[in-house]
Amino acid sequence: MIEWINFIYLLSAVLFMLGLKKLSSPATARAGNNLSMLGMALAIGATLLSPEITTYRMILVGVGIGAVIGGVSAVRVQMTAMPEMVALFNGCGGAASALVALAEFQAAGNAFTPFSMVTLLLSVIVGALTFTGSVIAFAKLQGLVPSRPVCYPGQQLINALILVATAALGVAVYRDPANTMGFFYLIIAISLVLGVLAVIPIGGADMPVIISLLNSYSGVAVAMTGFALQNNCLIVVGSLVGASGIILTKIMCDAMNRSLANVLFGAFGAGDAAVSGEGAEGGGPQGTVKGYELEDVATVLENSASLIIVPGYGMAAAQAQHAVRELGDILGERGVEVRYAIHPVAGRMPGHMNVLLAEADVSYDVLYAMEDINDEFSETDVVLVIGANDVVNPAAKTNPASPIYGMPVLNVDEARTVVVLKRSMNPGFAGIENELFLKENTMMLFGDAKKSVQGLVATLKG
Amino acid sequence: MDSAILIGLYIFVLALFAGAELIAKVPPTLHTPLMSGSNAISGIAILGALVVAGESLTLKGNTVVGVLAVAFATVNVVGGYMVTDRMLQMFKKKK
Repeated sequence: MIEWINFIYLLSAVLFMLGLKKLSSPATARAGNNLSMLGMALAIGATLLSPEITTYRMILVGVGIGAVIGGVSAVRVQMTAMPEMVALFNGCGGAASALVALAEFQAAGNAFTPFSMVTLLLSVIVGALTFTGSVIAFAKLQGLVPSRPVCYPGQQLINALILVATAALGVAVYRDPANTMGFFYLIIAISLVLGVLAVIPIGGADMPVIISLLNSYSGVAVAMTGFALQNNCLIVVGSLVGASGIILTKIMCDAMNRSLANVLFGAFGAGDAAVSGEGAEGGGPQGTVKGYELEDVATVLENSASLIIVPGYGMAAAQAQHAVRELGDILGERGVEVRYAIHPVAGRMPGHMNVLLAEADVSYDVLYAMEDINDEFSETDVVLVIGANDVVNPAAKTNPASPIYGMPVLNVDEARTVVVLKRSMNPGFAGIENELFLKENTMMLFGDAKKSVQGLVATLKG
Repeated sequence: MDSAILIGLYIFVLALFAGAELIAKVPPTLHTPLMSGSNAISGIAILGALVVAGESLTLKGNTVVGVLAVAFATVNVVGGYMVTDRMLQMFKKKK
């Protein structure tokens, strides 16, 4: 029986891999997700037949509660809130791994090999901090706690001391598991606190990195649980998820030209909160901001041959994606070539903008990644920047003194005309001034992104 | 080191490489579904949770931990797959 169950686990692992493989194209991705679901169903079904399970009563309770919460949230969540949702689901995965490891520890008494003891401890620690870290990321994205970095003196020292204390407790439990149950609970409590402390100093604009990293942590926690339970299916999945999270983390860090350590400990954007809000007085870049009316912008758009739309978090915040698609359609009908350029860290999670535009029915073949479209800005009539700021800041290319110097940015300033839709002149999330707004060929259109785009649509239909 | 551990390590390392190859081929446009989808499969901890929740006929302390674990893992699995499917069905190519 056990052999058969393990054989089915192998089938599941293959289905998970095939599912990921089919994610290589939007055309096959949905089928891939179905394969992955099938793999999960097989693995769960096989486990339910396991001779160790004697009653389904409590299982049904747990599955019932979880399915209702998960299902209802998945159906209700708005696409703009996807980063929060993914963070929360991810936290649940971390919690599940930690709880399974806890149960295993309670059940086994002192019958541990050193290896299973170490993996159990790692599973509990990583699982617990993934849980609270994800909850804090969720709260930051929802605005329940300040999304600016929360800092206090000695922050890193305190975190380091906590980490040392956790390790010391871990060693004590490792040496004498039968008599250190209290220490084990203490480790869980400390790990939960550590998850909170690790995420609060990270700013909202760095969320794509943190969500990716937490994703990989939940994979690590599952893999460690797999080692402790000697369940190869958990090990395979843990590897896949861990790899996925790490790769995305690296892509996000590269897209900001920052190291992971800098994201985790740099408290980026914390000190610059007081940068001038109105115009560019003082030592900032020289030039004047030129505000325009809807009619001016509509005329420019209408008379262009090529347009590249650059969406940012502001589009998500204003729920403007449907209006943007409508604008694109109208201009497309009038012979304008409309494309979209998407920076890897636009939004609050990897691929955030793509999902929103897909929701609004924008064809995925007009969505271009930065490296595929960056050379084309110089031959483009108009660029429409909607709620993006740092990812289009030319200072990243030209000003070595800028905090974002060296970050790969979209070359929007090379287009003939740049139209920027912006709520106000407040600096972006990183708190950095943007000289793009002051350039000769830049037209600013102030106001809520959704209202502005709807206004443009109305004017064009006029 | 006993052989089960060694086999587990082999699986871990080889799956890491396979995963890295597969995921490197996912285009940026699908990075959000990739996250939520890989998130859903990380709910695989449910396999361990089911055994804990179902192994005892009497209600022990561990059973409560097991039920909690099943609930958390189910949120992850059900929510993760459903939300991924919801997103993927929106990705369309228009003429």
